[in-house]
Amino acid sequence: MQYMLTFFHPASEFEKRQDPVQGPAYWNVWKAYVGALYETGKVVSGAGLMPPHTGTSVRIRNGKQHVQDGPYADTKEHLAGYFVIDVPSLDVALEWAARSPSSAAGTTEVRPVMDTSNMK
Amino acid sequence: MGLWFRRGAAHAGGGGGRAVSVATMPARREPASQSVADVNADPAGLAATDTGADPAWRAAAEAGADHAWRAAEAAARDSYGRLLAYLAYRWRDIAAAEDALAEAFAAALNTWPKTGVPDAPDAWLMTAARRNLLQMARHRKVESDPAITLLLGEGEGLTEEAPVIPDERLKLLFVCAHPAIAPELRTALMLQTVLGLQARQIAAAFLVAPSAMAQRLVRAKGKIRDAGLRFEEPEARDLPERVGAVLEAIYAAYGLGWDGASVIGGTAPDLAQEALYLAQLLRHLLPSDAPASAEAAGLAALLLFCESRKAARYGAEGAFVPLHEQDTALWDQRMMGAANQALWQAAQLGSPGRFQLEAAIQSAHCARAATGHVPWDGIAALYGELIKLAPTIGALVGQAVAVAEAGSGRAEEMQPGSGGTGSRVTAAVATGQADAGPAASGPFDAGLDAASSVDAGLGLLERIADAAIASYQPYWVAKAYLLAKRGEAAAARECYMRAIGLTVLPAQKAYLLRQVAALAA
Repeated sequence: MQYMLTFFHPASEFEKRQDPVQGPAYWNVWKAYVGALYETGKVVSGAGLMPPHTGTSVRIRNGKQHVQDGPYADTKEHLAGYFVIDVPSLDVALEWAARSPSSAAGTTEVRPVMDTSNMK
Repeated sequence: MGLWFRRGAAHAGGGGGRAVSVATMPARREPASQSVADVNADPAGLAATDTGADPAWRAAAEAGADHAWRAAEAAARDSYGRLLAYLAYRWRDIAAAEDALAEAFAAALNTWPKTGVPDAPDAWLMTAARRNLLQMARHRKVESDPAITLLLGEGEGLTEEAPVIPDERLKLLFVCAHPAIAPELRTALMLQTVLGLQARQIAAAFLVAPSAMAQRLVRAKGKIRDAGLRFEEPEARDLPERVGAVLEAIYAAYGLGWDGASVIGGTAPDLAQEALYLAQLLRHLLPSDAPASAEAAGLAALLLFCESRKAARYGAEGAFVPLHEQDTALWDQRMMGAANQALWQAAQLGSPGRFQLEAAIQSAHCARAATGHVPWDGIAALYGELIKLAPTIGALVGQAVAVAEAGSGRAEEMQPGSGGTGSRVTAAVATGQADAGPAASGPFDAGLDAASSVDAGLGLLERIADAAIASYQPYWVAKAYLLAKRGEAAAARECYMRAIGLTVLPAQKAYLLRQVAALAA
């Protein structure tokens, strides 16, 4: 089964990335997590994302295009990255979610990936 | 009086599960060590409600004090399991009994504020629950079911004035850990039926989706009913094996509770406490001279030893403190004493086993409080014995570390008496004899210098041929620690990083990061 783990961070976590004091620990913990995950050979794909203010949102309403700086939704936590992993069960996916640094600092959501083989 | 309602208040028919809950209690918990000590003070832990005549929780509720609150909690937990076990045993359908009891609690919540708490609340609840069960049965038009006749017949003797409810919890424990129930479900089933925890709380502790846990519990109860698993105490010859299954399930609960509360926050119950309660309960319910009781006492001792060090596991600002750096002054002497006593009693039965050995290992670690030294030789030997019985990955890793430490200068030969009661008990368990000399030495202790013992330890780690090491955090911590001892900083760093990636608790991640930083220095 493939599951997508999405990592949501509050603004304070994004700020740590550039912080001279907190930065190294932030990156070390992520590096360790990503490394351990890849070691299992279960990673299908994954990526980290630049902070939400670098985002641009597009909407089309009533035939008009709206383009907006910044993230799609005004929420406390923003998408910071994701992994798609191939594991035997949701239980195993939840174990990996718990180990993610984002579970302590924000939220990790786990969702099954849709089977889209018939759409190709 | 409101305290009593905690389980009833959570009455919920759908989703998370039927069982009413501890979680609806006012959200506060005293330091765990104290409530465990209370359990020790009353080893049976159950005296208050044995007769039902003087329910401690009622007085407690009126007094409103902290210690009283804990007494209330213990009594309510006790009553819930007792009532459910009795109903499930008579009715042979756990889910139906849970529903009926939940409704009874809900009715109490409506009625008691108007009428006052009855003199025998347990009997009141039992009567109401039985009425609900009968109503459900009539609704389903199954009057001819012998179970109903049985309930009706027995009902005569059980009125609100005669509140002695037979304790059928042992039968319930055995059903929950029945060989026909999948091992991974036994713990959850026990937590729900005997302790009344909700499916969503159990799910949080197990790190499983709440909907999945609820489904699994419903299916397990359906299987017990439909397959006709009997609520009974096993034959004497089957007893050790069946008790073993119950102990495994309780031990699993403790493993989940280990730091679980701080992982999950407010939603997961303190399963360490619940497991200790179940271990004490099982010990109380089994005949004390049965050989199978030795392992029950062993498990109780093991959990008490682990709990006794709880206050020392986190230091200033929540920093994680590993066992060998803990301030022994923070260890709970009273609990360690109770643990040693339980282990001693276990050893008298002359029926050694896995949990006694694990408890003996903990006892040996606790000896540091008295002697200032960890008897690593003895610990390595105990792990050797443990691996013969239960070669788990945890035991193999523990042995490797003990072997490495045994030659590192921190070791001290374990002599009878040198470590106080602890090492005498340890020795007794290791040899299976109550009046044994020093623990049998393993093949690793004699003559190894520090370097070669670290090599021996690393060699043991390398030999663990288990696919599980890929995600077994303690393995990587142990390997990193021993590699660092051998001066291989780069390799140690790699293993520490692997361990950090597998760690859940932020405080433990931070501790391991400090070890990485120390390597570079």
